[in-house]
Amino acid sequence: MNPLDTIKGTLIAGFVLAAVLAYLAKCIAGM
Amino acid sequence: MEELLWLDRALHIFFGVLWIGLLYYFNFVQVPAMAEAAADADGPGPAAIGKYVAPRALLYFRHAALGTWITGAYYMMSTYGHTAAWKLGWGLESLSITYIGIGAWLGTIMLFNVWVLIWPNQKKILGIVPATDEEKATAKRIAFLASRSNTAMSIPMLMFMMATTHGLPFF
Repeated sequence: MNPLDTIKGTLIAGFVLAAVLAYLAKCIAGM
Repeated sequence: MEELLWLDRALHIFFGVLWIGLLYYFNFVQVPAMAEAAADADGPGPAAIGKYVAPRALLYFRHAALGTWITGAYYMMSTYGHTAAWKLGWGLESLSITYIGIGAWLGTIMLFNVWVLIWPNQKKILGIVPATDEEKATAKRIAFLASRSNTAMSIPMLMFMMATTHGLPFF
């Protein structure tokens, strides 16, 4: 099932992506 | 032009609110309303939304997206240099530049989705350009997924835009 098919799944996907990118941002900036 | 950067920033915020506001309207209001209207046999149906509301909302939506990107890219490049933020501040050890760069790339992907995936497919769905029922069904799915992807990406995009000056909410 595609999480984007529901609003709830879309919002959860957005927050998961935010967390992953936040971790990557720290790595890229060398912090 | 530096003395007019405050105006550029104000326009970026205005266009950004208009763009993401309409994106949330489509995802949280119009799409569920259209589905409910189509399923309601005794109701007036979704035709009026498709004819009077959706084209107008899409007109503001796609141009607000373009306006947001142009004013944002100009502001970012004026503030952080022409390439530093696009390169995610690689090697600069600056969280602010990395944050705004990630936000800018997310916004750029979202702009691509609006003009390349959502708008051309919406033209088929709304009958602005001719399409068979099968083409319309495919267009509906592509436009829907691109719009939902943008809604998901809007969360980290807004978070990184804010994080540039206010820091991240976690980590």
